[in-house]
Amino acid sequence: MELAQVGCPSPIGFPLAARILPSSMTESALRLGTDIVDVRSVEASIERFGRRYLERVYTDAEIAYCRSGAGGGAERFAARFAAKEATLKVLRPADWRPEWRHIEVVREEGGWCEIQLRGPAATLAEQQGIQIVSCSLAHERSYATAVVLGAPVGASADTRRAQTSPVSEPPAPPTDPFPPSDHA
Amino acid sequence: MRDRIRSVLRHHAQLAQSIEELADDADLYRAGLTSHATVNVMLALEDEFEIEFPESLLLRRTFGSVNAIEEALMSVPTSSTRG
Repeated sequence: MELAQVGCPSPIGFPLAARILPSSMTESALRLGTDIVDVRSVEASIERFGRRYLERVYTDAEIAYCRSGAGGGAERFAARFAAKEATLKVLRPADWRPEWRHIEVVREEGGWCEIQLRGPAATLAEQQGIQIVSCSLAHERSYATAVVLGAPVGASADTRRAQTSPVSEPPAPPTDPFPPSDHA
Repeated sequence: MRDRIRSVLRHHAQLAQSIEELADDADLYRAGLTSHATVNVMLALEDEFEIEFPESLLLRRTFGSVNAIEEALMSVPTSSTRG
């Protein structure tokens, strides 16, 4: 398979996209979305509007998870809002926009998160031939951020293989006391 | 109605500049309205005018200016008015 020579240089000097995409998929086919949210703004929204705010923006499962930690969970809510906005930047709706609840951050048992689209959000992705292949969330006390990666439908197998088979990464130690996790 | 809209924006839009400095047709996103602040503006408008925005009005342009908000509020169907 001929590979596209596109993308940013990887640590070993070979474009990352070239390792994960066939030549028919150009750099512009990959879509990256990011967003940053002020945690204090989310705290203020929860305080001012309560469940009306939460239920307008977050799914029941997201609310349950965010509420399960210490404090009110504002950092987690903020990270999820950032992920929803980052997803919209990948989906690029012209004017109409899906409901926030149709973009859900699902936390896997291992600690990392995935994006699940429903209803009109899923339809929008389908129409554009885009699927969300990866996301990452992070937060500190003041700010939360998220990055979402979209790729053409059909590229997921290659993309996921590339993600799980890094070329330049050193082997992991036998026991990692701090396994990577979003913890968001 | 525009005074009430401006009052909501003053308290919830978190703009980079004063709402008083902006014309009715000024682009609120250019003035610093973020996506998250848009949620607050929407909920505060619902409180102020005792309505609920239908999904069909959850558009970026709905909250793009004072004029756009006014137009959207006037188009909210009566069935979306809180009882």
